[in-house]
Amino acid sequence: MSTTTKSAAPQSQYQPDANGRLLEVENLHVEFHTPDGIARAINGASFDLHQGETLAILGESGSGKSVTAQAIMGILDMPPAVIPEGAIRYAGHDLLTMPEEQRRKVRGPEISMIFQDALSSLNPTFPVGWQIGEMFRQHRGMNKSDAYAQAVRLMERVAIPAAKERVKQYPHQFSGGMRQRIMIAMAIALDPAVLIADEPTTALDVTVQAQIMALLAELQEERQMGLILITHDLGVVADVADRAAVMYAGRIVAKADIDDLYARPAHPYTRGLLESIPRLDQKGQTLAAIGGLPPNLMRIPPGCAFNPRCRMAQEICREQEPELRRVGNQESRCHFAEEVLNG
Amino acid sequence: MTDTIAAGVQPTAPDEVGEARSLGQDAWRALKKNKLFWASVVLIVLFVLMAIWPSLFTNQDPTYGDISRVRQRPSAEHWFGTDGQGYDIYSRTIYGARASIIVGICTSIATLLVGGVIGIIAGFYGGWVDAVVSRITDIFFAIPLLLGGILFMASFPNDANTPYFVIVGKVVLTLTIFGWPSIARLMRSSVLQVKPNEYVLAARALGASPWRIIRSHILPNALAPAIVVATINLGAYIVAEATLSFLGIGLTPPAISWGVAISDALVAIRTYPHILLFPSLFLSLAVLAFIMLGDAVRDAFDPKSR
Amino acid sequence: MGKYIVRRLLQMIPVVLGATFIIFAMVFALPGDPTAGKCGERPCSPEYVAKFREEHNLNDPLPVQYGKYLGKLVQGDLGTNYYGIPVKEDLAKRYTITGRLAVMAIAFEAIIGILAGVLAGVRKGRFIDNLVTVSTLFVISIPVFVIGVFMQYTLGIKWGIFPATVPSLDASTWSLVLPAFVLGALSIAYVARLTRTNLVENLRADYVRTAAAKGLSKQRTVGVHTLRNSLIPVITFIGADFGALLGGAIVTERIFNIQGVGGYIFRSINSRDGVAVVSAVTVLVIVYLLVNLLVDLLYGVLDPRISHD
Repeated sequence: MSTTTKSAAPQSQYQPDANGRLLEVENLHVEFHTPDGIARAINGASFDLHQGETLAILGESGSGKSVTAQAIMGILDMPPAVIPEGAIRYAGHDLLTMPEEQRRKVRGPEISMIFQDALSSLNPTFPVGWQIGEMFRQHRGMNKSDAYAQAVRLMERVAIPAAKERVKQYPHQFSGGMRQRIMIAMAIALDPAVLIADEPTTALDVTVQAQIMALLAELQEERQMGLILITHDLGVVADVADRAAVMYAGRIVAKADIDDLYARPAHPYTRGLLESIPRLDQKGQTLAAIGGLPPNLMRIPPGCAFNPRCRMAQEICREQEPELRRVGNQESRCHFAEEVLNG
Repeated sequence: MTDTIAAGVQPTAPDEVGEARSLGQDAWRALKKNKLFWASVVLIVLFVLMAIWPSLFTNQDPTYGDISRVRQRPSAEHWFGTDGQGYDIYSRTIYGARASIIVGICTSIATLLVGGVIGIIAGFYGGWVDAVVSRITDIFFAIPLLLGGILFMASFPNDANTPYFVIVGKVVLTLTIFGWPSIARLMRSSVLQVKPNEYVLAARALGASPWRIIRSHILPNALAPAIVVATINLGAYIVAEATLSFLGIGLTPPAISWGVAISDALVAIRTYPHILLFPSLFLSLAVLAFIMLGDAVRDAFDPKSR
Repeated sequence: MGKYIVRRLLQMIPVVLGATFIIFAMVFALPGDPTAGKCGERPCSPEYVAKFREEHNLNDPLPVQYGKYLGKLVQGDLGTNYYGIPVKEDLAKRYTITGRLAVMAIAFEAIIGILAGVLAGVRKGRFIDNLVTVSTLFVISIPVFVIGVFMQYTLGIKWGIFPATVPSLDASTWSLVLPAFVLGALSIAYVARLTRTNLVENLRADYVRTAAAKGLSKQRTVGVHTLRNSLIPVITFIGADFGALLGGAIVTERIFNIQGVGGYIFRSINSRDGVAVVSAVTVLVIVYLLVNLLVDLLYGVLDPRISHD
């Protein structure tokens, strides 16, 4: 039970199940119907998230990781997006079949999200305190001055100096790191059970990146949130995440505890991603990158979607799509998972 | 984050990488698919043909008035009927295209040239040149087009013996005098946008002459929005010419123009609305065609608006 | 802020001088004899003409005439017209009615234009969007004087809903509704299109996605978060349009026989009444420039990213 939530927040009607499972995504499909054809952005993604757990979703641009996040939040533009099948269950309630008014009340108090580019994600024409306070005014019916006081409290929590003075300033008056802290303050305002962070540090300097990741980890620990961390940067998540799911062409191709994933990847794509991280202890070696580009989502190749870029691809990879199956204590969608794991 | 959605919808696939197209080619590809673009092109071609060879469309004499057949309703002989002087409205509407089309096209080209040069000078040289030129632009911008047009036409009036092309030329001149500032402002701001780009700075560092930098780096980028606005303005100039004629100060009879015809028809609007209908319809279609063309070209160059 | 206003006001001086000089020069070039028709059927006596020309400085060269005019203008004296009536008095009355007309037209632009634009933008690609797009294109293509005469005929004469002409200087607001609508018609269409374009563009902005992720209702996302950004350029347009409306009033006032500035300028041109024309236009230019300054200041209030330091 969420014993850590503050007394100000009403008791949530949504509670995790007996195993502590909060969120369950099952066989999710998302398509974009465009004038040029149907782009299959997500093709049967399944994963779950437990209370107090950090799940990293890894992948290149276009792998479907951001679309997954937006599908969970329910902020995809439909149309052009269509969800032909699948379920997203939050504390046992399917968000996809829930009435919109009910689902709207999940966004913010239950599940919230922070985005990559805080400058464009914050409204340029309202003070930051107004934007944070809006959460309290809209979801809790708080009056304006109380909401501002809450905004100051949150800004102090995310370590924005001189929060009282800066609460009425506008987003453009803050630095990139401070803006991302404001986004975080807004997202945790109502003590959500699940926080989705979509590339939260990509737009920031390296030093600031580390600070923001540390802040997220700290808040997650403090509030026992389920945190979904979406990134293309494997270096960022190593210290923070508990588990990782790797996405490729709208499918989850590998799932594992983060340590196993790093130590012994069971999918050639994961291995390629790991090899492309520059490492200090291997100075002087050529950086291995994965050749080629992610596939066109309107024409995903038959068989294994990764086969045109895979060094190990055989005849079977071009003909038969592999299932996501258990290999050791990991899961992998590769015909040669064992060979990769042991090779 | 946003790049992911974009990538999801318009993915870069290996088989499409080779086709790197320029903005112009992209725009043309979008234009070719736009039905409104083709509709406006067809209309404009028709109107231009009317302006050049009105006899292609009618063999009636627009200056032959038959007093015995005044204000007739449309018939097989007179498709659009006849007006207050017994003129055939169809042929007068066809011949009326000339004034509007000449005024529209010539004024647009002239404002583009004058405004373009002035805007480029202000934007490119900056400093006191910009200050002076911008104030001059402000001066002309502060005088409303129609008001300036009325004053100018009143100061240099026509009489019955003034040749047709002189009157039309005067209208073009006056609309240009008061119409160029909008293009100049636009051009100046596009030059200011292009100027800080690295390729322009590089060209400057390499010692390219100002003229060369303007011609090969600034013009290609700054010209498209100006042409779009000039095309849309073309419709406004056609309306301005008609309005001057309506106020009795632009083209005047015996010159044939849509504005003159509308002005004449207003007297009898209560009883003979068809006399008003046809010239108004043609005038509106011409304006519409140029606005649609401008809109289509702008959309093609600005994929965001699609 | 204060510095900015002062700088802008200083910049206005050369613009007002330049614009009035151009007008003055064109009026100077006006052909015809201003004393024509002043003495009944017969031409005026040479003594009268000489006196008249002396009184109005008509014998001086252009720059001298302009200088003398400016000297008076600086003291707030707009001169007397060729009929001996002080231009100031005349203009005050006429600017009142034209001003009312323009303000009403602006109100139409703001209310109808923005409403239509928002409806179209929110329901992009649906029936109401197509309706607004097509009807605005229609209004933009048809010259205002045709629209004006047509509406005067149908609504004013045929059905008698509105008065067809408004010759009185203290006309009721109701009687100005139709002329104001005609005056604003073109701009209503522009405002609707501008609002729609901006709204559609802003609805795709990242911060709108954030608003959705915050669990805000659709109404609040559009009405509070998107509209504010979308209306900034619209308000700029409406403000800048005020000057254009004063000029456009020439046509509207002529159609509805309103005794406003437009008609005044037009008649003064025809009667070669130079002082009246120049003064009327000078006031117009100054009003236009002041309104533009006001709009720029408003811009700074609406968009916190703009600072006027």
